[in-house]
Amino acid sequence: MKEDFWIAFRSLSQRRLRSWLTMIGIFIGIAAVVSLIGLGEGLRIAITSQFGFLGTDILSIQASGVNFGPPGQGAANPLDDTLIDKIEKLNGVDTAFGRIIKSGILEFKDTQYVGYVASVPEGHDRKVFEKMVNIEAESGRLLRDTDKNRVVLGSRFATEDFFGRAVATGDTIILNGKEFEVAGILLKKGSFIFDGVVFVNENELKDLYNIDTVTSVIAVKVKDEQQMDKVKADIEKLLRKERDVKLGEEDFQVESPQKALEALNDTLFAVQLFVYIIATISLVVGGIGIMNTMYTAVLERTKEIGIMKAIGARNSTIFRLFFIESGFLGLVGGIIGTLLGMGLAYGLAFLGRQAGFNLLQASVSPYLIIGSLLFSFILGTLFGVLPAVNASKMQPVEALRK
Amino acid sequence: MKPIIRLVDVWKTYEMGDIEVHALQGLNLEVKEGEFLAIQGPSGSGKSTAMNLIGCLDIPSKGHVYLDNHDIAKLSESDLAQIRGRKIGFIFQQFNLINTLTAMENVMLPMMFQGIDERERFLRAKKLLELVDLGERMDHKPKELSGGQQQRVAIARSLSVDPDVILGDEPTGNLDSKTGLSVMDFLKKLQKEGKTIVLVTHDDNVARQAQRVVYIRDGKQVEKVK
Repeated sequence: MKEDFWIAFRSLSQRRLRSWLTMIGIFIGIAAVVSLIGLGEGLRIAITSQFGFLGTDILSIQASGVNFGPPGQGAANPLDDTLIDKIEKLNGVDTAFGRIIKSGILEFKDTQYVGYVASVPEGHDRKVFEKMVNIEAESGRLLRDTDKNRVVLGSRFATEDFFGRAVATGDTIILNGKEFEVAGILLKKGSFIFDGVVFVNENELKDLYNIDTVTSVIAVKVKDEQQMDKVKADIEKLLRKERDVKLGEEDFQVESPQKALEALNDTLFAVQLFVYIIATISLVVGGIGIMNTMYTAVLERTKEIGIMKAIGARNSTIFRLFFIESGFLGLVGGIIGTLLGMGLAYGLAFLGRQAGFNLLQASVSPYLIIGSLLFSFILGTLFGVLPAVNASKMQPVEALRK
Repeated sequence: MKPIIRLVDVWKTYEMGDIEVHALQGLNLEVKEGEFLAIQGPSGSGKSTAMNLIGCLDIPSKGHVYLDNHDIAKLSESDLAQIRGRKIGFIFQQFNLINTLTAMENVMLPMMFQGIDERERFLRAKKLLELVDLGERMDHKPKELSGGQQQRVAIARSLSVDPDVILGDEPTGNLDSKTGLSVMDFLKKLQKEGKTIVLVTHDDNVARQAQRVVYIRDGKQVEKVK
């Protein structure tokens, strides 16, 4: 077996140019698949985490406005947290709480950084919130109701990204001129916003920013997810009344993050499907290229096949040699294609981030890599079967005469 | 001496369109163990077809070919390959080496098909190449060798599985007379060491060096007509 591989490799390296040309078909296809799936997957992960909180039983309420910066900011008529009690009284609502998101000036060892500060609800809503946004401490712990002057930081604070040096649990940082002790650092979530956020208990944040009743986002947990649409309609009705707006002129949005994400996934899926189709065509063409090359190789090496048979090669040996050769063409094409695709995905994501598309990131999973290598190998062997059978069935006498 | 190969009333018929061409028409032939036999005949006489059958490269359309008393006419192409790989060493007019492989690798190839392990293959190939005076050129590809050197690689290859019979198809046909002579000398030496040598040739000078000459014409063995 080892020898077969070696002989196949030798005959391939003998026709280097043709082997490379044949493989181009494969690696274009594989590179397209790997890079686009990698980017799509990265985008999906980024967007998923961007929503902040998820769950099939969650609704999120925001005041409409210019939506740059933290959610809810820039709205002409921000949400008032007196709404929260009223929403909680609606039928089918389990609990509701406000989330305040602000920009803040952070200082650590004389270096400044402007970042997002977000509130953590207190009391029994804290647990609901932690579950919703799915946060865990990498070091230290999450905030508690009894904490005073304490913050929890996103994972990027533990790197040198913000202050040129890492912040650790127990350090002191200054937020808007006030000192806070770092109670914990969160596990990485892969989200641009979450990994750079400062969490502060709600009441402390309100004090710090002199906020009375304004809130950025109201999160609502529904008792029964079957009731989502009805609860959503009830909330909209309540808000229209409270904010005195007509149907169709709402200055707020009630939406289910999960549903929005599903819609986005559908779009991404459609894009990926399109890529799959294009890539499949490219790969089939590449496969036929392999087949063509292998048929040519069989013709060209008819004499060689005759010699090998004369000196004792069985049909199965000849089949194996050609079969391995085509599989090899596929596999090497796949390896190069995968590397190319990964380079393309990460490169494009990097360029995109430089250009300001902060969400753009690539994620090439091991499954994608293994899958595309396996696929390209199988493709090579599949299209190599017929030429290999052809080669193995040659009559030694006739083959030798060539 | 007992026969190692026997052709009994062998016919080989090729169909070319509607016409049937009888390359062999009831050929009877015996190759005895340890002898040096030359098969001579003009082109088109059927001697190459006879050689293919003796070498188990082909099976007869009719009749029997016995190798060690086994009728090869009943074997599959794959089993045939295995038998000729073990019993018969070929030397061709065109040398027929694999151009992508080195001299060493060419000599190792038949042993690979017989499943001989790598170390053993290497040692035997090395010994054989030294025997044919190519110890210095083991890593050269065929194209980097002269015709005589290539034929010596081919001889080393034919000996690598230690076959009973060495079958040569005009082995000196592409060599100058001096190199041709040294190849013939080497074959005679092999015969003295117990190998059976069968050559197919149209060349009187080559045939004359054999112990016994068989003449073929029109697909049959004939008396020598001079």
